[in-house]
Amino acid sequence: MFKAKVLIKRRPSILDPQGKAVEKGAQHLGLTNIKNTRIGKFIEFDVLSDNVEEAKKEVNEYCLKLLSNPIMEDYEFELSEI
Amino acid sequence: MNPKFGVVVFPGSNCDHDAYYALKKIMNCDVEFLWHKNPDLNNCDVIVLPGGFSYGDYLRTGAIARFSPIMNSVIDFANKGGIVIGICNGFQILLEAGLLPGVMLQNTSLKFVCKNVYLKVENYNTIFSNSIPVQLQTVRIPIAHGEGNFFATETMLKEILDNNQIVFRYSDANGNTNDENNPNGSLMNIAGIINRKGNILGMMPHPERVCDPILGSTDGQFIFKSIINYLLN
Repeated sequence: MFKAKVLIKRRPSILDPQGKAVEKGAQHLGLTNIKNTRIGKFIEFDVLSDNVEEAKKEVNEYCLKLLSNPIMEDYEFELSEI
Repeated sequence: MNPKFGVVVFPGSNCDHDAYYALKKIMNCDVEFLWHKNPDLNNCDVIVLPGGFSYGDYLRTGAIARFSPIMNSVIDFANKGGIVIGICNGFQILLEAGLLPGVMLQNTSLKFVCKNVYLKVENYNTIFSNSIPVQLQTVRIPIAHGEGNFFATETMLKEILDNNQIVFRYSDANGNTNDENNPNGSLMNIAGIINRKGNILGMMPHPERVCDPILGSTDGQFIFKSIINYLLN
């Protein structure tokens, strides 16, 4: 069995109004060195398979078809045996 | 005989009854609700994906509803030329399902915007806009959404423009489309588009909310009248 950890990020070319708004909070905190805040998603789940290739294939499909929208997001993931 | 509309009900749909009411009581059509778990479209002539917050807008708007059992039938129906209209959350579902090009981002203001807006009619020759009088440059229909900021890649936008797929753009009362009249940051002020074949419309504004004269405007009737007109002629 594997633990999958997926990171979903907006494409760099796509504006992130949420990140911008949050960064305003950083300015109010006086954290003047914080720049380019981008908000993404972190998703983790188990994959009930003992075959790493099969697990990767399934995670890729999950990411591509449901967890991310390839028009505006990129994803990456790591698998660790558990 | 007036056509039969099917209004799909997802968990979290909340404009389904408005659509049902407008079509049944104002437009005098046959209407029935279609529960999302039942793949049967019951011989409806037109499928309506209504507004709301299907699946709580979890993950991305429309992303989970797109995999509801009924959606395979809707996709099949649409690919065979069946008429589908997605309003607000319904538009978001159509985008996620790949039936229309593009994606919805959060409004640039980060606010949920609920107000009447003017829409410039860009194309009067569609199944969904043929009954809008050409002398009316704009129609006034309300929006109510937090994620209506339409985005498409350059390639997608080129295809949308080349095929004349934009039906409505946010504007002022005179049809001027500029940043001031863009309520959510949408690319090119896009408020509603059709697919290449022209049988699927997605629009963020809610025509079903402005059909009954008691609500102050009847501009929403134009969209449903157009569909009925297309099917009857």
